[in-house]
Amino acid sequence: MKRALLTVAPLLLIAGLLIGWELACRWLQVPVYRLPPPSGVVLALAKNTPLLLASAWNTFAMALISLVVASLIACTIALAAALNGVFERAVRPLAVALQVTPVIALAPLFQIWAGIDHPKTAVVALTVVVAFFPIYSGAVSGLRSADPDLQRLFDLYGATRWQRLTRLLIPSAVPFLLEGHKVAVGLSLVGAVVAEFAAGSGGSQGLAWRILEAGNHLQTDKMMAALLVLAVMGGVLHTIFQLLERRALLWWRGR
Amino acid sequence: MTSPIASLEAVEVDYPGRGRALGPISFAVGAGEIIALVGPSGCGKSTALRLLAGLEGPTRGTVRRAAGRGETSVVFQSPTLAPWLTAAANVALPLDLSGTPKGEGRALAREALAAVGLAAAAQAKPAQLSGGMAMRVSLARALVTQPKVLLLDEPFAALDEITRRALADDILELWRQRRPAIVFVTHNVEEAVYMASRVLVMSSGPGRLAGETAVDAPSPRPEGFRTTPLFRAAAEAVSNQLSVAMRGAA
Repeated sequence: MKRALLTVAPLLLIAGLLIGWELACRWLQVPVYRLPPPSGVVLALAKNTPLLLASAWNTFAMALISLVVASLIACTIALAAALNGVFERAVRPLAVALQVTPVIALAPLFQIWAGIDHPKTAVVALTVVVAFFPIYSGAVSGLRSADPDLQRLFDLYGATRWQRLTRLLIPSAVPFLLEGHKVAVGLSLVGAVVAEFAAGSGGSQGLAWRILEAGNHLQTDKMMAALLVLAVMGGVLHTIFQLLERRALLWWRGR
Repeated sequence: MTSPIASLEAVEVDYPGRGRALGPISFAVGAGEIIALVGPSGCGKSTALRLLAGLEGPTRGTVRRAAGRGETSVVFQSPTLAPWLTAAANVALPLDLSGTPKGEGRALAREALAAVGLAAAAQAKPAQLSGGMAMRVSLARALVTQPKVLLLDEPFAALDEITRRALADDILELWRQRRPAIVFVTHNVEEAVYMASRVLVMSSGPGRLAGETAVDAPSPRPEGFRTTPLFRAAAEAVSNQLSVAMRGAA
């Protein structure tokens, strides 16, 4: 009974808010360009489904490509850092600086570098910057997380550096890598949208561009439909990666 | 005693900032002998064990040890298993690291697991094992290289009384089959007397030998050994040495 209530509670809240919103729009006769009723948003969604899905795919693809690129770069650097303390020390301030600089402030610079004809390159590059840090810091702490007694055993049995890396350090890092990638997935979506806002010139047709475009035309219902698609996509991505992480951990740890 | 297989000779260990941790201390481990190191916490008994394992070097003095690959094995306080490997793969790890062909390593690992009574758990991961079972896997891993010296660093510390007693009997039974020298660290007097043929009592600050008691009884121990006068007398003697050692430290 309690469980059922817990499952239904968020749905009830959402339904209540939607009904209140719908009724308020009708009674107060709010102009649609200011606040369209939920029914209007749904209509806009239905009318623009192919366009919105295509845009969502663009945003998704850019986020995912960036994630892969960021993962490759971050893991490579983290590996080098784990093997060489001086290198790690040298990289640390730069990595932190990259992390604390708001991505939107970097956007104009990346736009110049990518060139006005390649907005997608700028978006991907910016998103890579955003997704880099959680993966890098996860990988670095993961590669350092090996049990010290297990390290001693490897000493005792005369393990080579390569054996230590492949049989101890990297497997120990797996849970940290999973966590880092999960955080990076969420951030890469944020990064892709922010980067497209900043760099967007219609050359990269993602959801952010749809939102900008609809805003410029005061098509608030279409704008909110795009927002809805973005929220659903974020939720689905997060859920998928959470499940992947859980499955991978289950395999890693056996339960 | 037969010729010693490992020994500490006038060994001292200084830690920077903490001063002398151990020594001067000397003792020898005969082949096939079971020695218990007993003492208050911080008396350097684990340091002595790490010296014998070669995980640490002495500041002064000489450490002789069985230094060949797999000749000395260590079991730590916690099972120290790799969580991502199955029990069999964990046990085979020392063999894998020394380049033993995989199939051969796995076969030996299964044998070692069977010897500690865990043949059925070969494919389980450490998280699926109880504390006592994980400790047995750790023991199997230590035995898989057929070591000449087995070093146990408070191997029972994290286990309940029933499990630790069962494990103590298992270790003695395994010792009977393969006769490695065993040096184990404990702060439990009864456990030391139950398992060891020689109990060395250490005093702290810095760690030195404060006494030695021979336990002259067959190993593995006969049924009801804990109630015999010999056991009581040896436990009494070790306890007295221990309280003298603790008083000296205070």
